[in-house]
Amino acid sequence: MHTLARARSAPAFRELGYWLFRYRRTWRGSIVISVANPLLFLTALGLGLGKLVNRNGSEYLHGHPYVEFILPGMLIAAVMQTAFLEAAGPVMDAVRPRGNYRAAAATPLAPADILYGHLMYWALRAVQNSIMFTGVSILFGAVSVYRAPLLVPIALLVAVAFATPAAAWSVTVTRRSQLNAMFRFVVLPLYMFSGTFFPIEQLPAWLRPVAWVTPLWHGVDLCRTVALGTATLPRTLIHTGYLAAMAIIGLLVARRNYRRKLHV
Amino acid sequence: MTATSANVPITLRPGRAWTMVERNLMIYRHTWPVILAEIFEPLLYLLAFGVGIGALVGHVPGLGGASVTYPEFVAPALLATAAMNGAMNETTFNMYGKLTADKTYESILTTPMSVRSVALGEVCWALLRGALVSTAFLAVVSVLGLVHSPAALLIVPSALLIGFTFASIGLVVVTLLRGHEDFQLIQLVMLPMFLFATTFFPLNVYPRPVQVFVEILPLYHSIELTRATFLGTGGLHLVIAVVYLAALGTVALAVGVHRLERTLRT
Repeated sequence: MHTLARARSAPAFRELGYWLFRYRRTWRGSIVISVANPLLFLTALGLGLGKLVNRNGSEYLHGHPYVEFILPGMLIAAVMQTAFLEAAGPVMDAVRPRGNYRAAAATPLAPADILYGHLMYWALRAVQNSIMFTGVSILFGAVSVYRAPLLVPIALLVAVAFATPAAAWSVTVTRRSQLNAMFRFVVLPLYMFSGTFFPIEQLPAWLRPVAWVTPLWHGVDLCRTVALGTATLPRTLIHTGYLAAMAIIGLLVARRNYRRKLHV
Repeated sequence: MTATSANVPITLRPGRAWTMVERNLMIYRHTWPVILAEIFEPLLYLLAFGVGIGALVGHVPGLGGASVTYPEFVAPALLATAAMNGAMNETTFNMYGKLTADKTYESILTTPMSVRSVALGEVCWALLRGALVSTAFLAVVSVLGLVHSPAALLIVPSALLIGFTFASIGLVVVTLLRGHEDFQLIQLVMLPMFLFATTFFPLNVYPRPVQVFVEILPLYHSIELTRATFLGTGGLHLVIAVVYLAALGTVALAVGVHRLERTLRT
């Protein structure tokens, strides 16, 4: 029965199966990085630093306690970070040193199947992480029980929007130091200045438009307006449209790059 | 040689340690961009937290009677954290690679170098890098206008002491690692310490029992030290921090040298 199901499954699911199989060995470490890490930030900043912030009563927070403000930011920033890390190192390794991709490409799997399979794995990871993260956040009282389930599909959208361009790029990368540089000089600054920890209204006027075009801000703002119940239809449409476009373009470029790299 | 290795007395004379530093310097000529990232990261945190969150926080009351701005409060703590991370990375990540994958030390030990010289050399090397990073950080922070007194220069020797303590702790830790997965455990200790050891908010936000726990952490004393020198609010805190860090570092160094001796000679 089991083998029959496997034999009939689409090729992309074979690739997904491979990554899930590997995940059985590495899930402990991944939980530390993707769940414990943002939760610690949430505790330290939301509760500890929150005491200082709430005492000051900033007008920018619109009457919300700081922990409610940064929770959506932390969630989305963590999802982005995990999506990038998963779609950078493992993809590069799979092309060159380890060669899992090249091995898979020697089977009836097409490069696109390999991409789709890996993408499904990233999507599953994002859903898993965001469920755990929002679950604990409910216990913190940082988000209402009714709105929390809405945050999971948003996290999924953000994960795909960041994973596909990251994969499109990292499949072409040859040196690990390039990945590190990208993480330190692009991903980390995005993390810090996209409204994650403080409202972008606080940035100097000339810098605000920069924040508006960064993809992470769209994810953070989408998630925050939904979590705080201040979402408006036009704003939500702009955010989702931006992220969806990024995901689709990323996917198309990734498909092309995978084909060029793996069909030799 | 190996027969007597178990009875090697624990002394901390440097021997040929400088040769180890020299070797690292030669390698470093090709990997220097790493140091840029090490300076860049605390600055990023300073901008995001000091300036961004600073606007939400306002002034931080109750530090030596005077009220300091939030960037001034965060900057020395970030320097202490950078000194800690730089030193720990050097003696854990980098040394682990040399111990396992590269087998660098095994080759080195076929020369007149001793394990003690290797260990002390690596700690000195971590300190050298720490000096570079903390000086650069101090320079940028003074350009940003956060430094008000020349006494802030003392933050460089403070960073060196912090580097010494954590490089030595890293030396012990690297001999305890069973595999790559254990780096996660290091993260699991370092990250909470970074977040809770008064980096971003003063001790008085905690209830008393938590305060006691935080006061035990080495990073707490490191931050006390840098903050006191940076803000010019010295006093008893300074003495406690210096004694605590020096004692912890020396004990860790002795234990680390001893353990490395066992790891490499068997």
